[in-house]
Amino acid sequence: MENANLTDLTDSSVEPGLARAPTGITGLDQIIGGGLPQGRVTLVAGSAGAGKTLLGLQFLVAGARERGEPGVLVTFEESAAKVADNVRSLGFDLDGLQRDGMLVILSFQVNPTEIVAAGEFDFEPLFASLGEAIGRVGAKRVVLDTIEVLFGVFGDDSIVRAELSRLARWLEDRGVTAIVTGERGDKTLTRTGIEEYVSDCVIVLDHRVREGISTRRLRVIKYRGSAHGTNEYPFYISPRGFVVLPITSITLDYGAPEERISTGIARLDHMLGGGVYRSSAILVSGTAGTGKTSLGASLVDAACQRGERVLWVLFEESPEQVLRNMRSIGLDLRPWVDAGLLRIWAARPAAFGLETHLALLAQLIDETGPSLAVLDGIDSFSHGSSASDVTSMMARQLDLLKARGITILATALDHGGETSMMDVSSLVDVWLLLRNVESNGERNRLLFVLKSRGTAHSNQVREFVLTGHGIELIDVSVGPAGVLTGSARLAQQAAERDAEVRRIDELGQQRREVRRSISEREAHLATLQHELAREREELGQIDLREHHQAADADADQLAMATQRWADAAHNDGGNR
Amino acid sequence: MTQPHATDDDRTGDPGESWDLRLYVTGQSPKSLRAAENLRRTCEEHLAGRYTIEVVDLLENPRLAADDQILAVPTVVRKLPQPIRKIVGDLSDTDRVLVGLQLRPQRSTGT
Repeated sequence: MENANLTDLTDSSVEPGLARAPTGITGLDQIIGGGLPQGRVTLVAGSAGAGKTLLGLQFLVAGARERGEPGVLVTFEESAAKVADNVRSLGFDLDGLQRDGMLVILSFQVNPTEIVAAGEFDFEPLFASLGEAIGRVGAKRVVLDTIEVLFGVFGDDSIVRAELSRLARWLEDRGVTAIVTGERGDKTLTRTGIEEYVSDCVIVLDHRVREGISTRRLRVIKYRGSAHGTNEYPFYISPRGFVVLPITSITLDYGAPEERISTGIARLDHMLGGGVYRSSAILVSGTAGTGKTSLGASLVDAACQRGERVLWVLFEESPEQVLRNMRSIGLDLRPWVDAGLLRIWAARPAAFGLETHLALLAQLIDETGPSLAVLDGIDSFSHGSSASDVTSMMARQLDLLKARGITILATALDHGGETSMMDVSSLVDVWLLLRNVESNGERNRLLFVLKSRGTAHSNQVREFVLTGHGIELIDVSVGPAGVLTGSARLAQQAAERDAEVRRIDELGQQRREVRRSISEREAHLATLQHELAREREELGQIDLREHHQAADADADQLAMATQRWADAAHNDGGNR
Repeated sequence: MTQPHATDDDRTGDPGESWDLRLYVTGQSPKSLRAAENLRRTCEEHLAGRYTIEVVDLLENPRLAADDQILAVPTVVRKLPQPIRKIVGDLSDTDRVLVGLQLRPQRSTGT
């Protein structure tokens, strides 16, 4: 069981032997491993307005345009002209495709009030005209939209059922890849249970409106003989058609560049071990007025200075407002806008559903081709959407960007406490937290690096100062009363400076005293040595004098002995 | 369905009006043959001398199906008198055929 789940989540590769017909729909082909089962019939079920017809049409248009596979559309609800009109704004030129022999539209409008049932029947005309159309253009793809309207019109629905079952087999016999659409039922997948005949692949579309914001979702209920993502995937209808959002959970296979880029704040780069990794995701969270937008602007400026393209999405302010505000801290970003390097896009989160925001983001990325995307104020999405929806959308946004190697900085308002942004924070690589601290009647900003994947980073708090020439990070003073910021830090620094001066003075004094003492002692030492030398000299003179006196005495004795005729030996012995 | 009764567009009572009917079939299937037979019989009973039936085989020209909006066979289309009516099936249910053609059944129009 665990293995099966693992396979579901990780292995979306195409199984050998099971050919796929790509739908051309971004994201959907990823979920279903490359495309719809080729030569089989797929059921697309959904409520009215869920996007069934569009999915089918895009499948045909993509086949014709991208793979040279002609297609046939059988519509039971609208005229061919109306179908073509409906999708013209998406750039689907159905008239052109029909002229080029790549598409046939067969329109059968079933009007129950005009038809009276009177006995047995079959759908042979549908088979005949469909067969003729397939043969005429060499169709490989067929869409029937919505065959369910056939129920309840011709009297005997058991015949309709049998005929639709026959139609599914007939389509398979012709080797065409087909989509049939069906209305969502209350208890069953479709109102009339057509999933019974179409069982190779079933896709369900859902359209919910919550608090005035619409959310579209897609789910693959069944894909015979193949692993497929079973989650619900948000999708949106972009100006270019149906887009299923990139899958988050299935693969995490984007590259991990070693290159680091500057945040535009030298000391922050240093705290992060040399900047942030390119194509990493950075979250800046903080309470109101902590400088989140300014930090983002700093990255924007740094990237533009490197000549890189930047997309800046604002969810709370207008571009002009932000440009003005950033000028006040010395970041003049307008030249980058003028140079075409910086694209600023502002949109109120409540203006669209989550998936529409993603659509816009995807479109902006395609148009701008940025290396950095700054999303300012992602927290504002939480209005009217559940936390899990927002997290899921954020994950998809980040994936969308990461997969393209785009560095992301997202700012979010939190209401104090590290946990409030937890959901999103697990998705990001770097998390910077900004906090206001209030003391001595002033508010000052602090910056913490809460997380930085793959880098040694500073665990220290820095004071975050918005100056007239950009952002500066300053070491905070850690005094006996804790971290000091602002004027308290300045006061502390002044006090420390004074103390230092005093300390230097004291040392000088001590040094001088010791020196004086040394010279005194040296002088004393010289005197002593002089005296010592004099005394040694005196001692020598005493010895010399003694020697002379002894010699004199001997001479005197000899003289006296000579005088007295004394016996020398006797005299000598008598002296000792 | 309700029992047929006289309505504003009940044309049975106008003996001078001609009925223009077209029967769509696909080939010579038993259903097709049955339908043709049933239609002819009903018309003889109710519209003798003032109807035409054109039989169109969609297998000979499949593109007519979409052009004429024929999804199922057999289908009888009452082109005239207006408005257009469609009756789908082998026409074995005579009452339903009469309802579809908006012809009053013999038993309620009699006397």
